[in-house]
Amino acid sequence: MHKHTVSQLSRGLREGKYSSVEVTRHYLQRIARLDERYNAFISVDEQAALAAAEAADARLASGDGAPLTGIPLAHKDIFCTQGLKTSCGSRMLDNFVPPYDATVIERFRSAGSVILGKTNMDEFAMGSSNESSYYGATHNPWNTGCVPGGSSGGSAAAVAALLAPAATGTDTGGSIRQPAAFCGITGLKPTYGRVSRLGMIAFASSLDQGGPMARSAEDCALLLNTMAGHDPRDSTSSDVPVEDYTAGLEKSLEGLRIGLPDAYFGEGLDSATGECIRLALKELEALGATLTAVSLPHSALTIPTYYIVAPAEASTNLSRYDGVRYGHRCADPADLHDLYTRTREEGFGDEVKRRILIGTYALSAGYYDAYYKKAQQARRLIRQDFLDCFQSVDIIAGPTTPGPAFALGAKDNDPVSMYLEDVYTLAVNLAGLPGMSLPAGFVQDKPVGLQLIGPHFGEGRLLNIAHRLQQATDWHTRTPADGENAA
Amino acid sequence: MNWESVIGLEVHLQLATRSKIFSGSATTFGAEPNTQASAVDLAMPGMLPVLNAEAVHYAVKFGLGIGAEIGKRSIFDRKNYFYPDSPKGYQISQFEAPIVGEGRFEISLPDGSTRSIGITRAHLEEDAGKSLHEDYHGQSGIDLNRAGTPLLEIVSEPDIRNATEAVAYLKALHSLVTYLEISDGNMAEGSMRCDINISLRAQGSTTLGTRAEIKNVNSFRFVEKAIQHEIERQADILEDGGTIVQETRLYDAERDETRPMRSKEVANDYRYFPEPDLLPVVIDDAYIADIQRTLPELPTTKRHRFAEVYGLSNYDANVLADTRPLADYFEVVVGACNDAKIAANWVQVELLGQLNREQTSLAQCPVPAADLGGLIARILDGSISGKIAKQVFEAMWQGEGSADAIIEARGLKQVSDSGALEGIITEVIAGHPEQVQQFLEADEGRRKKLTGFFVGQVMKASKGQANPQMVNELLAKKLV
Repeated sequence: MHKHTVSQLSRGLREGKYSSVEVTRHYLQRIARLDERYNAFISVDEQAALAAAEAADARLASGDGAPLTGIPLAHKDIFCTQGLKTSCGSRMLDNFVPPYDATVIERFRSAGSVILGKTNMDEFAMGSSNESSYYGATHNPWNTGCVPGGSSGGSAAAVAALLAPAATGTDTGGSIRQPAAFCGITGLKPTYGRVSRLGMIAFASSLDQGGPMARSAEDCALLLNTMAGHDPRDSTSSDVPVEDYTAGLEKSLEGLRIGLPDAYFGEGLDSATGECIRLALKELEALGATLTAVSLPHSALTIPTYYIVAPAEASTNLSRYDGVRYGHRCADPADLHDLYTRTREEGFGDEVKRRILIGTYALSAGYYDAYYKKAQQARRLIRQDFLDCFQSVDIIAGPTTPGPAFALGAKDNDPVSMYLEDVYTLAVNLAGLPGMSLPAGFVQDKPVGLQLIGPHFGEGRLLNIAHRLQQATDWHTRTPADGENAA
Repeated sequence: MNWESVIGLEVHLQLATRSKIFSGSATTFGAEPNTQASAVDLAMPGMLPVLNAEAVHYAVKFGLGIGAEIGKRSIFDRKNYFYPDSPKGYQISQFEAPIVGEGRFEISLPDGSTRSIGITRAHLEEDAGKSLHEDYHGQSGIDLNRAGTPLLEIVSEPDIRNATEAVAYLKALHSLVTYLEISDGNMAEGSMRCDINISLRAQGSTTLGTRAEIKNVNSFRFVEKAIQHEIERQADILEDGGTIVQETRLYDAERDETRPMRSKEVANDYRYFPEPDLLPVVIDDAYIADIQRTLPELPTTKRHRFAEVYGLSNYDANVLADTRPLADYFEVVVGACNDAKIAANWVQVELLGQLNREQTSLAQCPVPAADLGGLIARILDGSISGKIAKQVFEAMWQGEGSADAIIEARGLKQVSDSGALEGIITEVIAGHPEQVQQFLEADEGRRKKLTGFFVGQVMKASKGQANPQMVNELLAKKLV
């Protein structure tokens, strides 16, 4: 049963082959048995999950089921869930039980889907390896000595290890796409503003975007149908009408123009990974696409720009964690200053502190013009590069990451090399574009991700391309060995 | 040396919107602590601000009220600082692109003269909560009811020269914002709070001296006293050859002094940057035109009209145009009696006097404007004297009905019948032969004085109801 995709489960549930309670219980049991190996989950609420599954069964029985009714899902622990701890991977929120649902969660609840649990993540989504989590690192199901990527590493690992049929993630600089690539699953970061950020704990407000992570493009489309839409409570949410993302999946790729940016295939790209990408692109060619070289002249600005904008926003987004109203509070504060400094010293981990310091510095009087203002200018240039490309091509493609998953601890003492992991994904967030990663082969038995980047609100086309590729290939159907099921 | 003081004011005006500027919480004053604080106001994780359209509307209304340029694309910024009553760790404010640009408006001084004061800018921002230090045994309580209340921060040019002008400016501002109905202007509840920037320079100098900022002064009287005190303090330092330190000071009303705030209370670097959770506020011409159309007549225009159309003094025009309800009341009185000067006098002396004595407001006034006009009409048509009118007004205040009804019921109608008056006059003359003799022997000047005596006696005999003008005329005939 756990090998089924969401669309298969959806059919099975509506045909009465099994109940949501049965499906949910099956996944809960797998989590209980196997998650010790992966540490993909921070919280699992079996009782609430089974109660939701019962309700879903009743709804299915009454013929009132939606496509996701009764489907159990895992949610990144960054989405607030009413009554269920939402830690954001931080000691700061280890005791935080939200009295409200994120809009994304609310939408999944009203669709009748079941919350299996909350997945592990880099603390406050700051990281590319899931190693900065207060709850310990998550292990890559394909190779437990390796990282699953981050920051949505728990969600990626849970889906790859078949502990959940699909999951949600968030992507500020690659946090859906990079772990999807490392764990051999399909993940989509929608256009900025497509999915509401309300109740999604903020890292960098102008970059954060929630999206689906699943085992196929079709499943991502199903999830996105529920997630996407205007939310009047999020001023940055878009009111561009939402299309049915499953409707266009089968469209032909004949005449599709794919741009290949030279910057994504140059120095720094692992050669075996590059080989996989080229093979995948050949498949797309075979499906009718044409490949053209394109140029993103301001690519070199991407990493410095991102590492000013994101920490600057983060440094102030995280000011609310002060020990006054909720979350961690240091014991016996002597005075207000002591309360602030000790609470934050104890509550935040090193990577979070590092980014708060960088961001605070970048916004400081005397540095603002040199850093933050300049970064905003660079950001406009980066965005314009993409818009220029989309004059001549329909989508852009390349590798999601420079190489496959690296070993746990490999980048412990080198934050900059960790930042370089996201060299191909960051620009998409800076430009607010939709981007996705899908499996495209293996290097040393570790998955490789192909990245597709579309114009604003082009996620439908990306899902269509990914779906057609997945119908022609089988990389996405492979699953890691877990001791119970042969791969 | 003669010092000239240079003063600029920053007024934080609470806008009277029904809900907060970035959340749906109510803004009523005086609710139980934290009962008007939502997840957004508490800065719970994942919560986002949504701009209240009403606050934007009010800010634009203000901008149009001072003839300012409206920011077509204004931007919210984060002002970062840690304080327990600032739950997000930053205040959402406007820094580089405020919603209201440069404007100007006229203030009226107690001597009847006017001055024009420049407004540098006005921007929208959110209010902070309150820290409560009493009742918590060495700890502090935080009440976030006020957090997120919309504020319009109105920054003046350093055009103000003394405490009197500062108070006049604040009164004019108060009058303007209550005319516009964008704030209740209730200073006791903190709806209008004032920071004062003040520096001295040698009379005639055109450069600015070093300024001190006095924070959070919350009444007209305290503004006056704080400025007077601060001018003296700075003058003393400068006279002694010292220099003024640029600093933030607090006005202590109890001791009537300003003193420096602790350095910790003064944050240096707010790290302003554009608020990424909110989009720029884009305002088009049609929106502005719509608001322009609904603007009421503003205090300055009304003041000028009262002076010109009704021939009132600047002082009277200023008092009567101070609030919209009073101005409207006055105009109804004028409409009913057709004599603006007497109406102005009655409204200011009798009506405002009575309201003041009874510590009540015009809204609670028991005498409708039309009825007061009716009373004045009876003075004008000679039905009653001014003195009797005061009695009638008293009775109207007690709810005894219209002037006509009271005059009728109490039989107060003035005696203008010459036959009846002659009878009384004959009696009075007969009763005072000595005075008559004196009158006949007196010169012109003394005769006038004695006439007054006889008028008084006639009025007394008629219980005040005799028509004084007719009594004078008849006496003049009878006494020769």
